[in-house]
Amino acid sequence: MEYNGSAVMAMKGDGCVAIAADRRFGVQALTLGTEFQKIFQMNKYTFVGLAGLASDVITLSDQLRYKVKMYELREERPISPETFAHLASSSLYEKRFGPWFVEPIIAGLDPKTGEPFIASTDLIGCINFAKDFVVSGTANSQMYGMCESLWEPNLGPEDLFETISQAMLNAIDRDCIAGWGAVVHVITKDKIVTKHLKGRMD
Amino acid sequence: MLSAAGPTHAGPVRIPMEHGFSPYTDNGGTTLAIAGDDYVIVAGDTRQSEGYSINTRYCPKVFKLDNNCVLATGGMAADGQNLVRRLKQSIEQYHHVHAKTMSPSALAQLLSVVLYGKRHFPYFVWNTLGGLDADGSGWVYSYDPVGNVEKRKWACAGSAGHLIMPFLDAKIGHHHQSQIDAKTEGKPGSVPFDTAMKYTKDAFTSATERDIYTGDLLEIFVIRKSGVTVEQIPLKRD
Amino acid sequence: MKAPRATSTGTTIVGCIYDGGLVLGADTRATEGPIVADKNCEKIHYLAPNMYCCGAGTAADTEFTTALISSNLELHRLSTGRDARVVTAMTMLKQMLFKYQGHIGAALVLGGYDVNGPQLYTIAPHGSTDKLPYVTMGSGSMAAMAIFESRWKKGMTREQAVELVKDAIESGVFNDLGSGSNVDVCVITKSKVDYLRNYRKPNEREPKEQSYKFKRGTTAVLTTEITSLVDIETEPSNAGASEGRA
Repeated sequence: MEYNGSAVMAMKGDGCVAIAADRRFGVQALTLGTEFQKIFQMNKYTFVGLAGLASDVITLSDQLRYKVKMYELREERPISPETFAHLASSSLYEKRFGPWFVEPIIAGLDPKTGEPFIASTDLIGCINFAKDFVVSGTANSQMYGMCESLWEPNLGPEDLFETISQAMLNAIDRDCIAGWGAVVHVITKDKIVTKHLKGRMD
Repeated sequence: MLSAAGPTHAGPVRIPMEHGFSPYTDNGGTTLAIAGDDYVIVAGDTRQSEGYSINTRYCPKVFKLDNNCVLATGGMAADGQNLVRRLKQSIEQYHHVHAKTMSPSALAQLLSVVLYGKRHFPYFVWNTLGGLDADGSGWVYSYDPVGNVEKRKWACAGSAGHLIMPFLDAKIGHHHQSQIDAKTEGKPGSVPFDTAMKYTKDAFTSATERDIYTGDLLEIFVIRKSGVTVEQIPLKRD
Repeated sequence: MKAPRATSTGTTIVGCIYDGGLVLGADTRATEGPIVADKNCEKIHYLAPNMYCCGAGTAADTEFTTALISSNLELHRLSTGRDARVVTAMTMLKQMLFKYQGHIGAALVLGGYDVNGPQLYTIAPHGSTDKLPYVTMGSGSMAAMAIFESRWKKGMTREQAVELVKDAIESGVFNDLGSGSNVDVCVITKSKVDYLRNYRKPNEREPKEQSYKFKRGTTAVLTTEITSLVDIETEPSNAGASEGRA
């Protein structure tokens, strides 16, 4: 987990969810890229953020996308974020004794009810269904501190964006191997707003 | 570690010796300090723990050194208490020799020297010293165990230091923020006293939620021109 | 390089038999090293309609082990046409854990009611088992057992047993740092199961001193991209009629 460094978090709001990640790609202390994708859209309303070993982030995101597509072809309906969390969990536990070095974060809206959903799992697939926020990555303790003090219930999409952005930017400034810019997706029933944040590039 | 009986031999039972004795332990707990234009807040929780056990729910780790200086010690409690005892002796001696109280900057330097004096067998303590300087403005000095010192406006250390630090950066330092309400939130590094007190309490209640080593009671020392006051606030005990 | 750490449930889990049934109890804290990962997780897992199982240790292992055994018990019920016995579940669990030589880090408290009445087992990660009238497991097992050893007696009523289990869990919650938050209780009797989720909540957070909502526009943004998810339907008539320029 400390090989590449990362920070991913998601928060629940009123009729919306937000998911954010840093953009660094590096090998230990050496930064090699500042446009690394860690959040992946699985379908209209479901996003997954993968923190951990960069090669596993890429491989697992592809594998999860494949599984989601197969599910949706078989079932002829979109996968709900909750079902997706179980899919990710099972995929990880399959490799119980040689795991993917990845801790996923799932955020989305239920395709039927529009109910906000967030969850995180550890590297072997233990799901954490949270009602407030979830974090993962090398900056996890910093993010826990930020989210625990900044988050409050029933934030609208605009306020949720400010809260998650501030939580992310200040958390990654206190982790040497995460940061170099950040991206935030705010998901509501009728639109997805994606913003790249201005962060410290050192 | 003890194990089942080994080969038989005459005389008393031989107990296997534990090798690699470690003189250090981490007793957990969190400290925080915020300096303003005319005050310094130095706070710490009072839980002392080891592993998954609580040794005591009330063991202060913030100490009033004199009317102008408060020291917060995090890390190993025994080393912290011993360090404070030594500092108090030095302060008293300074008082007798020079017939005046020690200034915070002098005490800050003394602490650094005392810590570096044990460079090869350090005190396992992360110190935060708060005090008002000659013109009455507050400052915080934060240390590593071997005496590296940095003069700042806010600091935190201990088991939940990682959790609180970015929060202080955001709320005291106004990092990454373009719109600030100057009346309630002040300028970066000089927030109004009432606001800083609220931040202190919320920082600790938040840390208590997520850090298993922080909890039980919060002790807040406030240094102002008039002297030092203490406030105690209960924290969650689980 | 540091090995990544899985979520573990530094836990207090207990069980206690009384006249006519048994009570299972658990705290709700999940930890990742010194950090609380989940403040209100579920540690009492469903195994069968007459059986539940508390899990301590590696969280994912307790989750998936109980789910697997639960699934096998369902098949067992369907093929035999009767309720599975508690010993059957216990044997399935211990054989699986023994096969994995302790690498599956699940420490379990199994409780159920079958033709032989209420029964309580503990199953350690290596596959050893105990059958006792009152049991505790997890990092808070000592704190909880202290309560049982001082107050447990034969022939308790349901109310007495629930109260004792609650106090045992609370003892773990307050005295063991690996345990915390709420108390879950599950009462299993001959014909009924009462799963009392969050039976006690002694650790609710008090309101914060102030709100930390930011003013909109506080954060500096480099680029914004909006993906509209609404299907755009164009009006059939009038389109273009008002567009003309003289």
